[in-house]
Amino acid sequence: MTKFNAWNVIKNGLNGQSYWTRQWRDPEPKSSYDVVIIGGGLHGLATAYYLAKNHNIKNVAVLEKGWIGGGNAGRNTTIVRSNYMMPGNHEFYEHSLKLWENLSHELNYNVMFSQRAHVSLFHSPGAKDSVSRIYNIMRLHGTDAELWDLKTLKKKIPHLNYHNSRFPILGAAVQKRAGNARHDAVAWGYARAADTLGVDILQNCEVTGFIRKNGNIESIQTSRGIIKGKKIGFAVAGNTSVLWQMAELGNLPIESHKLQAFVSEAVKPLLDQVVVYGVGGAHFYISQSDKGSMVFGGDLDWYKSYAQRGNLPMVQDVAEAAMAIFPSLGRIRLLRHWAGVMDMTMDGSFFICKTPISNLYLNAGWNYGGFKASPASGWYFADLIANESPHNYVQNHNLERFEKGINIDERGAGPDPKLHG
Amino acid sequence: MIRINCPYCGERDHSEFSYGGDATINYPSLDASEKEWTEAIFFRKNIKGFQFETWHHSNGCRMWLVVERSTVTHEIKSVKPCHPDLQKVVENNK
Repeated sequence: MTKFNAWNVIKNGLNGQSYWTRQWRDPEPKSSYDVVIIGGGLHGLATAYYLAKNHNIKNVAVLEKGWIGGGNAGRNTTIVRSNYMMPGNHEFYEHSLKLWENLSHELNYNVMFSQRAHVSLFHSPGAKDSVSRIYNIMRLHGTDAELWDLKTLKKKIPHLNYHNSRFPILGAAVQKRAGNARHDAVAWGYARAADTLGVDILQNCEVTGFIRKNGNIESIQTSRGIIKGKKIGFAVAGNTSVLWQMAELGNLPIESHKLQAFVSEAVKPLLDQVVVYGVGGAHFYISQSDKGSMVFGGDLDWYKSYAQRGNLPMVQDVAEAAMAIFPSLGRIRLLRHWAGVMDMTMDGSFFICKTPISNLYLNAGWNYGGFKASPASGWYFADLIANESPHNYVQNHNLERFEKGINIDERGAGPDPKLHG
Repeated sequence: MIRINCPYCGERDHSEFSYGGDATINYPSLDASEKEWTEAIFFRKNIKGFQFETWHHSNGCRMWLVVERSTVTHEIKSVKPCHPDLQKVVENNK
């Protein structure tokens, strides 16, 4: 694999770009691996990378039924932030943000991480109090967080609708280190870096069954043959329940819901932050991509679904929210929209944990927030697989937390998966 | 748009309805173990395919319905009132 640096760019510039090598190999599956990660999305690829990098476990395969980064990795709004308050969550997401800050250097791949600020609008004194509490908790833990008054906000983002009499904008809660990254580059960067360390990335390799022996999973039946794994990790958010039941493990505190996202035609620079608007049943978040497209999304489609396509009532809802907050978008044309299948959990928090099968490990339940979590998710999942015990940050992110009554419910919405957006 | 054939009102857009959830959950007795209660409240089959689920006709007759719907294609096989006695009434009136 040719490293990306100034020297190689110049050299290849003079050689007609002929000396670049493949980004990652396309190997035939070996019969056995130390660790097999199922799911070639951001979390699976990051896990494989950190297994090799942090724990020197290099005999690793990543199985992907389609192509890498073709699931939710390519179906999100690329927002990275760490404005969480629950114990475990805020440390985890803050570590993730720190990993994002150095990710391009770490992977020798430009993930185009842009810390352009995440601006959460508030519209009532009550909302201001509520968000102040969360952002104060963040500050106490050393995460950057601040409140912008109306004057600052108007200066920073002049073209919001400041004349909405039903939901007047009073100010915003802001995390300046938050921002966006380029989703494909994250998948490709992790794949390339993991492959360089010896990880086999096996695409078009769908898992069709498990062969059990002495209570463990001995090997995995796939569309590319039987593959043995000493340890096996699931990182297939959206379809976790399907694999879980294939392994005959019963039910999970997860429902699969679909979440839509939208991309408009490209326009000139219009918005230099991620803006979030959530009030009176509406939920809307928007940023502008480097190509100039407005990238935005809203709520779930509200009914359980494994279909990767959205429905029209939510398109209307999102369009209405866009017009309420950003009237200048009125004539902009939608280029495309899509839906991703989310693991929505019973308390809105994720799982990085052991399972009833001793050589099987679970990474699942990312709700709306899987993209930003990818680096830390890989980091701590690799740590769990290598060291056999969870790190302090994720010690309660397991399946037993519900019975113990230590749910990690940021929103306080209760055991209804669709409410944890 | 999904079209749901409400047994009281006829076929309507799903935007008139609110999704409830898994219609096959039976709560255990009050003195059941914590394990059983945890399973009933927090754990789901999360079926990929046809499942029974509840919908509330919240912008219509405000009745709760049991809908048999595919979570992959969104095709609906059957729609019935939630309450078994009302199911009988609807059957008899057909």
